[in-house]
Amino acid sequence: MTWLVALPVVLPLIGAGFALALARHPKVQVIVSVTTLTVVLAVTVVLLVHVNDGPVVLDVGSWAAPVGIALVGDRLAALLLVVSVAVTLGVLLYSLAQGIADGDEGAPVAIYHPTFLVLSAGVSNAFLAGDLFNLYVGFEILLVSSFVLITLSGTRERIRAGTIYVVVSLVSSIVFLTAIALVYAAVGTVNLAQLAIRLPEIAPGTQTVLQLMLLVAFGIKAAIFPLSAWLPDSYPTAPAPVTAVFAGLLTKVGVYAVIRTQVLLFPGGQLDELLKWAALATMVVGILGAVAQEDIKRLLSFTLVSHIGFMIWGIATSSEAGLSAAIFYVTHHITVQTSLFLIAGLIERRGGTTSLVRLGSLAKAAPLLAVLYFVPAMNLAGIPPMTGFLGKAGLVQAAAAEGGGMSYALIAGGLVTSLLTLYAITKAWNMAFWQEAPQPLPETTTPRGMVLPAAGMVVLSLFLAVVAGPLYGYTDRAAADLRSRTPYITAVLPDFERGTGESSDVAQEGERREDAEDEPEDAPLPTATEEAS
Amino acid sequence: MIEMTPSAALVVLVAVLVGTGVYLILERSLSRVIVGVALISNGINVLMLIAGGRAGGPPLIGDTATEDMSDPLPQAMVLTAIVITLGMTAFLLAMAYRSWQLNGHDEVQDDLEDRRIARRAARDELSARATDDVGSTLAEDAAATRDETAVLGSEHASRGHHAPALAADDEEAR
Repeated sequence: MTWLVALPVVLPLIGAGFALALARHPKVQVIVSVTTLTVVLAVTVVLLVHVNDGPVVLDVGSWAAPVGIALVGDRLAALLLVVSVAVTLGVLLYSLAQGIADGDEGAPVAIYHPTFLVLSAGVSNAFLAGDLFNLYVGFEILLVSSFVLITLSGTRERIRAGTIYVVVSLVSSIVFLTAIALVYAAVGTVNLAQLAIRLPEIAPGTQTVLQLMLLVAFGIKAAIFPLSAWLPDSYPTAPAPVTAVFAGLLTKVGVYAVIRTQVLLFPGGQLDELLKWAALATMVVGILGAVAQEDIKRLLSFTLVSHIGFMIWGIATSSEAGLSAAIFYVTHHITVQTSLFLIAGLIERRGGTTSLVRLGSLAKAAPLLAVLYFVPAMNLAGIPPMTGFLGKAGLVQAAAAEGGGMSYALIAGGLVTSLLTLYAITKAWNMAFWQEAPQPLPETTTPRGMVLPAAGMVVLSLFLAVVAGPLYGYTDRAAADLRSRTPYITAVLPDFERGTGESSDVAQEGERREDAEDEPEDAPLPTATEEAS
Repeated sequence: MIEMTPSAALVVLVAVLVGTGVYLILERSLSRVIVGVALISNGINVLMLIAGGRAGGPPLIGDTATEDMSDPLPQAMVLTAIVITLGMTAFLLAMAYRSWQLNGHDEVQDDLEDRRIARRAARDELSARATDDVGSTLAEDAAATRDETAVLGSEHASRGHHAPALAADDEEAR
C-alpha cells in the first residue's frame, strides 16, 4: 500500500500534463482536472484511514531511506492532505462555474488548469516530503505555479502585486536553500528522520542557527509577523478563486513546515519563547491591520495573517495539547478562510466591487449570500459551537495548563484578537449587507454553479464542527506521534540506520566489492550521507 | 574519508556572490533584482558544494576507491537547484518585460498601503501626528514618492474606475 503515498503528487502532475496537451479543448481539460482531483481526494481519504496503523513510507525508486528520496505520510500529513485536496477541488469547481458564467474561452484558461493541478501537486509534495530537499522542491513547485496564478493575464495591478510576491518568495526560498546547505554541512544528511537522530549530537549553538534559519524561511511563507508584510498586498489582487486557494493552502504549508521542523528536528524548544512573541505580535498586529481596512478582500487578507498567529501559538506551547489544538486550528482555518474568500468573490460579482464603502443593501438583494458570509465569518471569530471556537478553546486550555506570564499574555492576546476579528468582520457584514447602498447595485446574478461550491465549503467547515470530537482525537494522536518522534523515525529508518527500501546496489555492495579488483579494503561502502558527516 | 576542511577560496567566493547579490536585490529595478537572485543562487550552490566536502574522484563503484570518492548527493541537489533557479529567472525576466511594457519601467513599486499613507500625509491628514520628523519631510517624501496610481486618480476614484476593469480581469483570468 505504500505506493498510495506517491499518488497525491504524481496524479496531479500527470493530469497537468494532459491538461496542457489538451489546451485547445477547454471542455476536455475541465474533465481531466476535475477527475484528477476527485481521484486524488479519494486516495487521500484512504491514506487518512491507512495511516492510523502507523506512518506510511515510500522509498522512491526503492532506494533505502537515508540515501534515496522518501515520501512519508503520517497522521499530520494525511489530515492536511485530505483538507487541502478537498478545498482545492471546491475552488476548482467554483472557478469552472465562473468561467461558464462568463462564457469565455480565452487564452488564460488554457494555462489555468495545468497550473492549478501543479499547485496541488506541489502542496501534496510538501506535506509528504521525507527530506528537507524534497520539501524545498515541493515549495518551489507550488511557488512557481502560484507565481503564474497571481500574475494571470498580466494586468498592471497584478504585475505590481506579483513583483513583490515573487521577490519575497524567492528570498525565502534562498534562505531555505542556504539552511539546507548548512544543515548538510553540519550533519551530512537531509533526511528528516536521520536529522532528528543526528541533530541533537551537534553543538547547541549550531543547532540554534540552523533552527532560526529554517524558521525564517518558513516564517516568510507562513506570513508570521514581522515577515508578513508582503501578504495583504499580494493576495487580494489575484482573481477570487486564486486568492481563496492561496489563503487556504500556501500559508498553511509554511505552518506545516514549521511544525515538522520545530517539533521533529529541534524538540528541545529553545525558540519557544521567541515563537510565542511572534505569535502574539502576528495575532494583534494582523487584526489591527484588518480593522483599518475598507476593502473586504484586504480585510480578509489581514485576518489571514492574524490567525496564523493562533497556529504559531499552539506550536510554541510545549505540550501535546497545544500542538493538537494548532493542528486542529490549521484544519479549521483552511476551510473557513477559503470559503470566506470565495464568498468575497461572490460579493464582488453581485455588488460590482469589494470596497465596503461602495457596497450595501446586499442582504435584500442576495439573502443567501448574506447567510453564506455570516456563517464562516462567525466561525472565524470563534463563536461557539463552531470549529473556530473549539480550536481557540483548545489553545487557551493548553496555554492555561502550561501557565506562566507569557501564556496568560497570549491568552489575553488571543481573546482580544478574537473580539477584534468579530468587530472587523461584523463591520464588513454591516457595511456590505445592511447599509443603504450608495449607488444602486448592478443588475447581475450570482451563478448557481459558483454559489454551490462556496456553500459546499461552508458546509464542510460546519461538518468539521460536527465531527470535532473524533477530529480532536485524531489531532491528539497526531500531536502525540509528533512529540514522541519515534513513530516517524522508526517508520523511515526501522533500525535507526537504513530504510526498508531495496537499494540493490547498496545492499549487495559487499559481494560486489569482492568482485571488484582494484578495491583492496573490505570496509563498508560509505553512503553519501555518512561520508560527509 | 576525504578531507573535510573547506577551501578558503570557495568560502570567499560564496561571500562575494551572496554579498553582491543582496546588494542588488535591495535595488528597485527588477532587472537588477534578477541579477542579484542569480548571483545569490550561484553563491548558495557553491555553498552546497562546500557542504559536501573537498572534491574527490568521481563517485563510481569500480572507478574510484571508496575513500577517495566525492559526495554525489550535494552535486545532485545543486543540479536540481540550478534547474529551479533557471526557471525562476525565466519567469522573473518575463515579469520584468511585462512590467516594462505596461509602465515603461521595471521598478518594484510601493504597495498600496504605503502609498495610501504617503498620500494621506501629503494631504496633511497626518501632520498633527508626524512629530518625529524635523521639518515637513513626511509630506515631502510623499510628494517625492513615485506613485503610479496618481495617473489613474486618487485611491477611491481609482477603485471606482477599476471595479469594472478588475471584474474584466477576473473573467479573463479564470
